[in-house]
Amino acid sequence: MHILVCGGTGCQSSDSAKIQSNLEKELALKRLQDDVQVIRTGCFGFCEKGPIVNVLPDNTFYVEVKPEDAKEIIDEHVIKGRRVERLLYVDPEKEKHVEDSKHMGFYKKQLRIALRNCGFIDPENIEEAIAHDAYQALGKVLAEYTPEETIEVVKKSQLRGRGGGGFPAGLKWEITRKSVSDKKYVVCNADEGDPGAFMDRSILEGDPHSVLEAMAICGYCIGSDEGLIYIRAEYPLAIKRLKIAIEQAESFGLLGENIMGTGFNFKIRLRYGAGAFVCGEETSLIHSMEGKRGEPTNKPPFPSVRGYLGKPTNVNNVETFANIPAIILKGAEWFASIGTENSKGTKVFALAGKINNVGLIEVPMGITLREIIYEIGGGIKGGKKFKAIQTGGPSGGCLTEKHLDTPIDYDNLLKAGSMMGSGGMIVMDEDDCMVSVAKFYMDFIVEESCGKCAPCRIGNKRLYEILDRITQGKGTIEDLAKLRNLSSVIKDTSLCGLGQTSPNPVLSTLTNFEEEYIEHVVDKKCRSGQCKNLSYYVIDEELCVGCGACLRNCPVHAITGEKRQAHHINTDLCIRCDACIAKCSFDAIRIQSEPKILAHK
Amino acid sequence: MEKIKLTIDNKEVQVEKGATILEAARKAGIEIPTLCHMELHNMNIENKPGGCRICVVEVQGRRNLAPSCITEATDGMVIRTNSTRVLNARTTVMKLIVSDHPFDCLVCAKSGDCELQTLAKQFGIRDIPYMGEKSTYRKDTSPSIIRDVDKCIMCRRCEMMCNEVQTVGALNAVNRGFMSVVAPAFEMDLIDSPCTYCGQCVAVCPTGALSEVNHTSEVLRALSDLNKTVVVQTAPSVRAALGEEFGLAPGTLVTGKMAAALRRLGFDYVFDTDFAADLTIMEEGTELLGRLKAHLAGDKNVKLPILTSCCPGWVNFFEHNFPDLLDVPSTAKSPQQMFGAIAKTYFADKIGVNRKDLIVVSVMPCLAKKYECQRDEFKVDGNPDVDYSMTTRELAQFIKQANIDFHDLPDEDFDTPLGESTGAAIIFGNTGGVIEAACRTAYEVFTGKSLDKIEFHELRGIEGIRSATIDFDGLPINIGIAHGLGNARKLLDEVRAGRSKYHAIEIMACPGGCIGGAGQPFHHGHSEILAARAKAIYSEDEQKVIRKSHENPYIKKLYDEFLGAPGSEKAHELLHIHYYDKSDEITIHH
Repeated sequence: MHILVCGGTGCQSSDSAKIQSNLEKELALKRLQDDVQVIRTGCFGFCEKGPIVNVLPDNTFYVEVKPEDAKEIIDEHVIKGRRVERLLYVDPEKEKHVEDSKHMGFYKKQLRIALRNCGFIDPENIEEAIAHDAYQALGKVLAEYTPEETIEVVKKSQLRGRGGGGFPAGLKWEITRKSVSDKKYVVCNADEGDPGAFMDRSILEGDPHSVLEAMAICGYCIGSDEGLIYIRAEYPLAIKRLKIAIEQAESFGLLGENIMGTGFNFKIRLRYGAGAFVCGEETSLIHSMEGKRGEPTNKPPFPSVRGYLGKPTNVNNVETFANIPAIILKGAEWFASIGTENSKGTKVFALAGKINNVGLIEVPMGITLREIIYEIGGGIKGGKKFKAIQTGGPSGGCLTEKHLDTPIDYDNLLKAGSMMGSGGMIVMDEDDCMVSVAKFYMDFIVEESCGKCAPCRIGNKRLYEILDRITQGKGTIEDLAKLRNLSSVIKDTSLCGLGQTSPNPVLSTLTNFEEEYIEHVVDKKCRSGQCKNLSYYVIDEELCVGCGACLRNCPVHAITGEKRQAHHINTDLCIRCDACIAKCSFDAIRIQSEPKILAHK
Repeated sequence: MEKIKLTIDNKEVQVEKGATILEAARKAGIEIPTLCHMELHNMNIENKPGGCRICVVEVQGRRNLAPSCITEATDGMVIRTNSTRVLNARTTVMKLIVSDHPFDCLVCAKSGDCELQTLAKQFGIRDIPYMGEKSTYRKDTSPSIIRDVDKCIMCRRCEMMCNEVQTVGALNAVNRGFMSVVAPAFEMDLIDSPCTYCGQCVAVCPTGALSEVNHTSEVLRALSDLNKTVVVQTAPSVRAALGEEFGLAPGTLVTGKMAAALRRLGFDYVFDTDFAADLTIMEEGTELLGRLKAHLAGDKNVKLPILTSCCPGWVNFFEHNFPDLLDVPSTAKSPQQMFGAIAKTYFADKIGVNRKDLIVVSVMPCLAKKYECQRDEFKVDGNPDVDYSMTTRELAQFIKQANIDFHDLPDEDFDTPLGESTGAAIIFGNTGGVIEAACRTAYEVFTGKSLDKIEFHELRGIEGIRSATIDFDGLPINIGIAHGLGNARKLLDEVRAGRSKYHAIEIMACPGGCIGGAGQPFHHGHSEILAARAKAIYSEDEQKVIRKSHENPYIKKLYDEFLGAPGSEKAHELLHIHYYDKSDEITIHH
């Protein structure tokens, strides 16, 4: 019997380490430590309900487990063979406990290739990884394939870069192989910077060997003996597990000198990033690794021709690498059979926002947003109405109701005005103001622009300022034209991928939610009530008893009214400080998008 | 070389493979506007960060616009440089840059010479629809250079000069995004940084973000003080460039008009730094011969090569970077300081004026000279040998301010005794000139023979590092020349490693030597201007009757009447100096 405890960053911060030690303590007390093994795994993906504990072989999926539940799990489940009902996941529709994760809506539609071992193995134990086929693909390649044949397999699989650009991985390998040089590098881009995204982190925390193995395969293909993983220093757990994995792989002869006795050498080192978003862009990443300012340079030359220290460098993202061993073992045809015409395989997404099942999912390309949101994601929180979904990270775009049935792949997302990006998905509901959403993303972009090229450095700042004006009720209809022109020029003239996509949140919200912008600038109204300066503080005359508490506490004397008569707020004077709401004992003051009471409670 | 063909604005153009779209367009006679781009042909100086995005063009089949300065032209490309899409993008980017720039053109040091202003005019910018917050960074004033960082447009030219060309490393991009500027690291001020005040950053800055400290008002005050006698000295390269400020073709020599203008501005004596350049040759040449003879005699304590020390930027550079080699450069002061020392002793005595009532003003092609004349080593009881150092640009401004019609001025001579000079002195303005002048004298003194051929063409040229072997009557003397501090560093590294083959090395901090100094009229990256100035300098040498420093009669007289012999005790007291280690003077304030 095995008890798997999620050891991803999310569950760890909810005390999963304590759960594990309590489980082990209980087992020891019952002298069951030799019969039942507690294994700390990588992320299960279902972060919404973490910490997760999974009991094998019956695949019982316990959610929201607390350290004090350990005794009951051992006493009931392990010893008496009775599932702990109260810890089982409850299907929100059928309102019934689900025992086996296979039957959970969250997992039903998922297909796990990159995440194949996450949540199943102890990432700090190479033997478990090897038992799950780790390094078999490397062995196969070294023993049976030439580098050219291997590249052919990757090309045939039609795997495209998962970091955002979607460049065909096999082609990139081929170009780097053809670059002539005495030294080449394999770089793994683990500088995951999108807000809310944790795809790469989960892979590295849950199955680091899949990436190490793929890097070695890549090294064999392009003719490199050195790999570098550029990882954010903010990922301490991933760094720790990578270090352990590299050490173990070296001691097993799977990395380092003369791998598997074939004469192939490949070592891997870590390089830490300081968290600049732009360092996820490959030329910036390389400059950062070289100790220079993290900022992009023009391409060409591409890193495949001139990269790290001027040498040909193959840069791939974590998720791209994680797919490679599976492709080698199961074949290019298998991989290419999954997905759509131009986007093969699966994609990992980090599902976040106003959605019931927040977490990490891996789905086949071609799945629709509707399936992701309503089946895997379990629908919108609190039964609210879906409004938009932001895909592709901060420089992606907002998609709407009308895109819900579009099959998701690289091309369709681009066509819809967004992009695949690295896989962030943030769901918004009717309470979200789309102008504020655009402003939020522009705030991030302005913060993360490196400052090298003028349109990104100044243009995005100006976009932010205009959006800020609009949310404050100071926008004009001309501002919308300015937003459009600036956005298109920034896209057209910026130096790197960051700048070339940075106005996407503005453009996509302007396209899909133009009426909300117009409401803001013409009607001075924010339908969601999120824009404070466009909201109205109104006293409900039916509820107000005229006690005068609000009147006395208003710092700007905006409230008038006779004693025991309903009071009134002068909107022109009101500074929306909330002091009146805090003092009202009758819940009579409302914030709303109209100056008049819309409906009585 | 492989040729490719492409079409730009319906014109077919053929260029060598590897050329950028910008180069191809220029070849076709199409001028694409640029801002951050900087190219100094023949000098291997090229700045192309592709940051300003002003030079974008439309390439058929390409998704976004291409920056022409860094995009390689390929065969069959079809390019539009002025489509509405391009014009709108270019104008919008320009408006964005202007929106983050102070609007104080009226009082800006760069007004009229500002490339941003010129482009704004060319683009017809009349309104900025994208006004908003402006990025800001504190201002910094050093003895030579003012950094008004609010005006920085992040073209990174200065960074390129400071790091790649000069290898000084004082200026770098700092901060991120909207708040990015170029500044010394760790919030340092320039004065605490390894800055040499070479001013090459100022020379290439397209806006008023970097400018020189202006001393015109101090000079004006001195001139209007009846108790002061004000003398002026002008450096050799000034006369080859000053005319450009008055619309004259680059390379027009204006020696006589310059002297006339200075006299009209009210200077009591109009002298020439060239006189001091001849004096420098006497001292430095003597030192060279002394060290050479001792070396040949087997004296192990004598170090060779000897390095010239006329250039204050260069002196700052080795004080910061090569403090272990402080005994290698010549101890001779620079001509500016030799002039000051002689003016405030020999000349002050001659005219019976107290040194405190004698004001020495220099006109220099240089910003480091401003710092040099403020150094404590060049003061007597707190009174500096040279009171104020102005640049060529400041002098031009001063002449305009005084509404003197420069073109209408007669050619006048310098005053005596400190205004007489030889052809050897004038060539100090070009790279290789100091060492050529030194060779003319050293050869004759060493061999006792007269030179057949005065000009040493083997020492001339524009390559960053040059070397030549001069035959001193059977004794081969190896000469090295470097201009640009990055090149100097290479020669210095050889000296440090004990691998240097040279007996003497001339070093100038600025590319081209003083003609390319940071105080000269802005050349905006047109290197042909530097070539014209260099030519003018050599032509003035050719026109001189006396072309060897030791034959300058007034120099002879100075030694007879005052100094004794070159290298005498008196000469050492007044004309030589010792350097010190500045490597630990770089301070970071928290």
